[in-house]
Amino acid sequence: MKLMLSVLLTAVLTENFILCKFLGICPFLGVSKKLNTAVGMSGAVIFVMALATAVTYPINKFLLVKHDLEYLQTIVFILVIAALVQFVEIVLKKFMPPLYNSLGIYLPLITTNCAVLGVVMLNIGKEFNFALSMVNSIGAGLGFMLAMVMFAGVRQKLEGCDIPKFMQGLPITLVAASLVSVSFLGFTGLVDGIFA
Amino acid sequence: MAEKRSIGKEFTKGFISENPVLRLVLGTCPTLAVTTSVVNAIGMGLAATIVLIGSNMVISALRKIIPSKVRIPAFVVVIASFVTIVQMLVKAFVPVLDESLGVYLPLIVVNCIILGRAEAFASKNPVLVSAVDGLGMGLGFTTALLCMSSIREIIGAGTFLSGTQSLLALFGDNVLGGFDGFTLISGNGALKPMVILILAPGGFFVFGLLMACVNKLAEKKGKPKAELKGCSNCPMAASCSLECKNDIKEGKA
Repeated sequence: MKLMLSVLLTAVLTENFILCKFLGICPFLGVSKKLNTAVGMSGAVIFVMALATAVTYPINKFLLVKHDLEYLQTIVFILVIAALVQFVEIVLKKFMPPLYNSLGIYLPLITTNCAVLGVVMLNIGKEFNFALSMVNSIGAGLGFMLAMVMFAGVRQKLEGCDIPKFMQGLPITLVAASLVSVSFLGFTGLVDGIFA
Repeated sequence: MAEKRSIGKEFTKGFISENPVLRLVLGTCPTLAVTTSVVNAIGMGLAATIVLIGSNMVISALRKIIPSKVRIPAFVVVIASFVTIVQMLVKAFVPVLDESLGVYLPLIVVNCIILGRAEAFASKNPVLVSAVDGLGMGLGFTTALLCMSSIREIIGAGTFLSGTQSLLALFGDNVLGGFDGFTLISGNGALKPMVILILAPGGFFVFGLLMACVNKLAEKKGKPKAELKGCSNCPMAASCSLECKNDIKEGKA
């Protein structure tokens, strides 16, 4: 239990996917203009991360590792994730239209998102068991949401600012992201401190 | 339009006018993540270049066979195969690089530059031109990484090209007379390296300033400034139901 909590906190705060590991920068810069799209996108990311981990973990353990095919991980995982996302999208559209309207529209964007493939790869790299992999994936998703929501707030403030012409648009957004990222540096050592 | 352009132009456009990172704003994740040292940046850039050339050639050769409905999954399989090959080569010959690039090496699969080029260029052009396009784009990506990493390593760590030996380990020990980078700021004197530049916030900051400089230069030349278009370059744009569809309808993409 203690281990799970420490993995969760690490994934959300000290090793935040966007602000410390630079995974999923495209949606971070692209879909964080409004709070509701930021929340919708992050919700879909959490869902897909958890689902992708739940599916790829057994595939890796019982197919790839068992038959010495670890080198196929990259190909197999990206295909499984892409197929899974498409499948979920179709199912949601057909059977759960309200959920589809709030989360489903973001799903195609996530297929080629490096955060999802990244979390699956990291789980294997860290040799987590199934439960820890799930905790880590959900933590990574929550961290993604935290960063997106915080940054959406910052960007709404930026809208009304008088910014020098050459810094307008992307440059100022990146500098703002840098400042948000500084705040996350403050969490360094937090998890080790709590669970020491 | 593409047929009329010369091969030389396909090669050089990737460096400046259509630089994938600084002009098209693609592949931002690896750009921010691996530019903590110049050696890492070169390794990442070259790995992506090899994948880009290979996948562009194969996709271009298969462009008439792949049905357009399943083209994205087909492209992903081709790209993933090349990434796997590169991954195995790096693991075998330059294990230090494999360690320092870590998860970002397999993540070349989802690098938008590669899928973007496959969709926008290789699936419409002959093999040779696509290979040249891949080489130009790959080297343009490497150049952009080199700019970022030089700034970050010199100011953030006070060194330049440190760790060269580990990258060259494949050619034996002590190649280039044992050259292992310069130390520019030793940290013993009053001047200390600004460590924050090689940490996460420094990545966003340096990239932001670099984009500002590029935009300023583009403005002088009367070219549009780089924006995160996202959708127009995103290979998923056609199947995506978010803002992209509106963009496409309005003719932006």
